[in-house]
Amino acid sequence: MSAADFVYLTMGVALVIYVLSAGADFGAGVWHLLARGPRGEAQRKVLEKAIAPIWEANHVWMIFIIVVMFTAFPRAFAVVSIAFHIPITLTLIGIVLRGAAFVFRAYGLRPDATRERYGRVFAWSSAVTPVFLGWVLAGMSSGAVVYEGNVMRSGYAAGWTTPYAMAVGAFALTLFAMLAAVYMTLETGGETQNDFRKRALATELAAAPIALATFLLAPQALKDNFTQSVWFEAVQILTAAAALTAIAALVRKRYRLARASVMLQVTLIVVGWGLAMRGDFVLGVVGIHNSGTQAATLPLLIGITLGGSLLLVPSLVVLFRAFKGAKA
Amino acid sequence: MSPRLHLWAGIVVAFCGAMSGIFVVAVNAWMNAPVGFTLVDGELTDIHPMRVFSSPAFPSQAAHMTFAAYAAVSVLAAGIHAFALLRTPGSRFHELALRITLIMAAVAVPLQLLTGDLAGKHIARDQPVKLAAAEAHFHTTQGAPLSIGGYADMEARERKLAIEIPYGLSLLAASDPHATVRGLEEFPESDWPPVNIVHFAFQIMVACGSAMFALVVWFVVAKLRKKDVTRQRLFLKACVAAAPLGMIAIEAGWTVTEVGRQPWIVHGFMRTADAVTPMPGLIVPFLTFTVLYVVLGVIVIALLRAHVFQARELG
Repeated sequence: MSAADFVYLTMGVALVIYVLSAGADFGAGVWHLLARGPRGEAQRKVLEKAIAPIWEANHVWMIFIIVVMFTAFPRAFAVVSIAFHIPITLTLIGIVLRGAAFVFRAYGLRPDATRERYGRVFAWSSAVTPVFLGWVLAGMSSGAVVYEGNVMRSGYAAGWTTPYAMAVGAFALTLFAMLAAVYMTLETGGETQNDFRKRALATELAAAPIALATFLLAPQALKDNFTQSVWFEAVQILTAAAALTAIAALVRKRYRLARASVMLQVTLIVVGWGLAMRGDFVLGVVGIHNSGTQAATLPLLIGITLGGSLLLVPSLVVLFRAFKGAKA
Repeated sequence: MSPRLHLWAGIVVAFCGAMSGIFVVAVNAWMNAPVGFTLVDGELTDIHPMRVFSSPAFPSQAAHMTFAAYAAVSVLAAGIHAFALLRTPGSRFHELALRITLIMAAVAVPLQLLTGDLAGKHIARDQPVKLAAAEAHFHTTQGAPLSIGGYADMEARERKLAIEIPYGLSLLAASDPHATVRGLEEFPESDWPPVNIVHFAFQIMVACGSAMFALVVWFVVAKLRKKDVTRQRLFLKACVAAAPLGMIAIEAGWTVTEVGRQPWIVHGFMRTADAVTPMPGLIVPFLTFTVLYVVLGVIVIALLRAHVFQARELG
């Protein structure tokens, strides 16, 4: 494995952690939006309490991916940010709005009407941002981008406005909501816990047809890459097994097992996508080997990443222990 | 969480905050004075990433921004506590807080003037166009005066309506009253930044810094005379008036360094026009983000007001 491969892999690991952590925070916004019934207000309260201490920290993984990408793979960064200017801008607006609204809501000292309004902004922007993020990932894996001589020949709508992109957007939203619902079963008790258990089951069941649709709509090149991978069968079987285990665990109210299973399931879905990308950032356009990587920067980048993680990892352990340790 | 761990977390936040600020400025300093690579036929070769820290712009710029942050925040916080003291005189909490922030300002603001002087000497040597634009200095002069106010008449190629301090610019640029300071005329006009924007921004930055320095001198002199200024209403009002100055100075300072580098994004190597995305219609995201951040800014101010009024009850 070359240094560039290692950095690409590190970005993949960061993406998995981002999806498992920040993804669930987006999902919490979805349930905030859909909270209803006699315990609607209680649901909103526990959701806010669950993400308040961690949602900002969870964004370090996105920042990490972006910084590493423009440091190690500058040409890939340029192509991605030019080709997907529109969905990236939409994602950014969504992230800014939901973060700001969430903080405003927490500090909104005046009574409920104002708080309520910020809560709605938070919930809506949380619910739409995963779709935009899905469009970007879909565009990257679409094979529809044509970029030659610093000109975006395929225009600015290529790859992320297709049925496949819509499916990826819906899939990302479903997975994030599923993660949130499952995590919430470990942050609640009684009837509220049961509410989230039902929501987790519903999204897990909904995820299956959406996953199938996403696969069927996927561009042929991506499907070929995936099915030709030596890991294809293993990833497929393990993903299905994780999903079935999660369903069984939720039915039998074994919440820790359910959490481990959905985390494995979502990880494997991201891994599967990574395998299908086969070292590319924008399928067929830029990848590990044609992204203007400078050999001199890679050892430094790897060293700094490892050195930085000596500070970052213990900090995150302290953070999650402090706020999630008691119940989880 | 134990109090010890809590304190440690605060130290890590302060340290890493300062370090990440310094690293970000290192990148910007490199854009102002690029080093550590060779350009052969448009391709970068012989790249030495660590040499970003050896950019001649780095030491003064990093110091200037770091102290700017401490100076601006301490003056801002002093203004907030002074405001609270004007409303509820004698509050123990706000008196103590005001004193802490002023002591911080008394250290950071004078150091900030000093680092500003270093930054001035650096740009005089390595980014002379920027200095010339900041001073609306068109003609190369020996023993050049420092201008206060005024504007650049781009037609006549002259600075107009400025108050001039004799030898000031030569002193600032080279610590020598008779030093020669190169004017804009020495450089092709296609390499000039928008002169008046840089000039006004520079004037605003220096004015804000000077006002903050005056406030700090007032505090220190009173302290030496064993007077408690935190109970003088006039001083408290001055603190409130000074509160936003540090933030304004930071914005103005970044305008000087960024607009002053135009038309380059990487000075001498890459034009901003060549770096921008080919995406058409960039006015749309520009306006969208402007409106978004104006709205967020207004909400933040409203919430801060509410927050300060609540904190009043702590006193």
